[in-house]
Amino acid sequence: MDPESLLALVETAHPTLRRRPLTDRPAVSVAPGELLAVMTTLRDHADLRFDLLITHTAIDYPGENRFELIYLLYSTVHGHWLIVAADVDRTRPVAPSVCGLWPIAEWQEREAYDLMGVLYDNHPDLRRVFLEDDWVGFPLRKDYQDEYMLELPK
Amino acid sequence: MTVHVRTLDELLHAPLEADSELTTQEYLVNMGPQHPIAHGSLRVVVRLDGETVKEVIPVPGYVHRGVEKMCEHLNYRQVIPYTDRLDYLSAIMNNWAVAKTVETAAGIETSDRIEVIRTIMAELQRLQSHALWWGVTGMDLGAYTAFLYGFREREIIGEIFEETIGARLTMNYIQPGGLMYDIKPDFAAKVKKLLPYLQDCVEQYETLLSGNVIFQERLRNVGIVDGARAVALGCTGPVVRASGVPLDLRATEPYGAYGKVQFNVVVGSIGDCWDRYYVRLEEMRESIRIIQQLIDGIPEGPYSTIRYNVELTLPEGIHYGQVETARGAFGVLIASDGKQEIPYRLHFRSPNFNNLWVVTAISPGWRIADFISIQSSLDLVIPDIDR
Repeated sequence: MDPESLLALVETAHPTLRRRPLTDRPAVSVAPGELLAVMTTLRDHADLRFDLLITHTAIDYPGENRFELIYLLYSTVHGHWLIVAADVDRTRPVAPSVCGLWPIAEWQEREAYDLMGVLYDNHPDLRRVFLEDDWVGFPLRKDYQDEYMLELPK
Repeated sequence: MTVHVRTLDELLHAPLEADSELTTQEYLVNMGPQHPIAHGSLRVVVRLDGETVKEVIPVPGYVHRGVEKMCEHLNYRQVIPYTDRLDYLSAIMNNWAVAKTVETAAGIETSDRIEVIRTIMAELQRLQSHALWWGVTGMDLGAYTAFLYGFREREIIGEIFEETIGARLTMNYIQPGGLMYDIKPDFAAKVKKLLPYLQDCVEQYETLLSGNVIFQERLRNVGIVDGARAVALGCTGPVVRASGVPLDLRATEPYGAYGKVQFNVVVGSIGDCWDRYYVRLEEMRESIRIIQQLIDGIPEGPYSTIRYNVELTLPEGIHYGQVETARGAFGVLIASDGKQEIPYRLHFRSPNFNNLWVVTAISPGWRIADFISIQSSLDLVIPDIDR
């Protein structure tokens, strides 16, 4: 399906969606509250069938007090792509877990929690994946500091 | 609404109970971080009842270097050497993923010559990676001879890389806009001389290992994962193709010179360890075929279309590009603010991180020896999991 008709189809199913500009693949932006409903449609709709969650990550925007969660979806049936973006509040970063739809999300979300500190509601096993359990802070945040960090040479 | 965050400690101190009819005791065994099957530093905690695997808890992170954080302070050309250190057996393909993403985002054109050389190098490395994997799998399952044969071919292909690139492991070869060095005048002749030899080697692999009864018994019908489940578990590369899903980025969205060559996407039938083994052997034959079609017609021209000291600034937004490495889809997600020549955020979609977790789904119920086969058949490279 070409990107334009793909986006039109997604928008028809969920009229509250906004398109996310400035991406090289078709992308939509969704409120965290609607994330699960939208994702269920994307996976199960016969013309969409996004069955592979390629990757999930978060981008930190401290200036705007938000994390942008990025879900990159691919359909092995139709061969099309979609980026789903969701903004969560940076002071209280809670998003619904999509583990029930794509099992791989369990570990991709653990990585996002470990490095970015995003919390996932209804996650079956939310704990750090790379760092030790008693690590303080979330290293991929822009304001992360620890005593071992070096100054960049000017 | 509260979100409960767990710890590994909590998991390891959960009550254990045995449920078989025999009086057995349940216990936890650490396999790794230093274990021959770990192929690096991967710790896997296995909950066993007798010899039966009940639960697998992978604990990665022993090689976590914070590459994504470091990349936020590097310009796009400086990112390339870091990708060598992720999946070190697919270094050239990882370089290519970054170069391809940057080229697409910045609108840099490359030439036919560059794309053909990139494709040949990538396929040589796929051959090298699969040869090593074949040897290591043999070693994991008790056939030490295979290990030495696998390393023999790795060495021979490594010499070709060394002559052109100057490195054997961390290549740093494919750059945005071109290549780091031009190929030597006798490159094509040397590769052409090598191809029949490699063909013979694949046949030799078949006679050495594939026909072995013990080897087959340990792989056939072990660790079966069907196509839909493999896709849901995020698998790519030979792992998902062995389950019968023809997902190969070289064919589904051709890049480089893959659009000009004929090759088959090798798929398995039931997705057991044997399929994962055989898909890779067949892929070696396909890689040889791809190189054969390209090696005679390397176009003339410069090896780079841009000067390497120009400033590369990507337009604002999210850019994603990916290539098919020896282990699956390696993707680079770059969020650029459009002002600086460094990425605002750079995320690597690593095939090994996503392939790893299938062990938690397919291992329970198998014996500990089968678990070795399963983990070996996934062909994990640990630094790529941890990044």
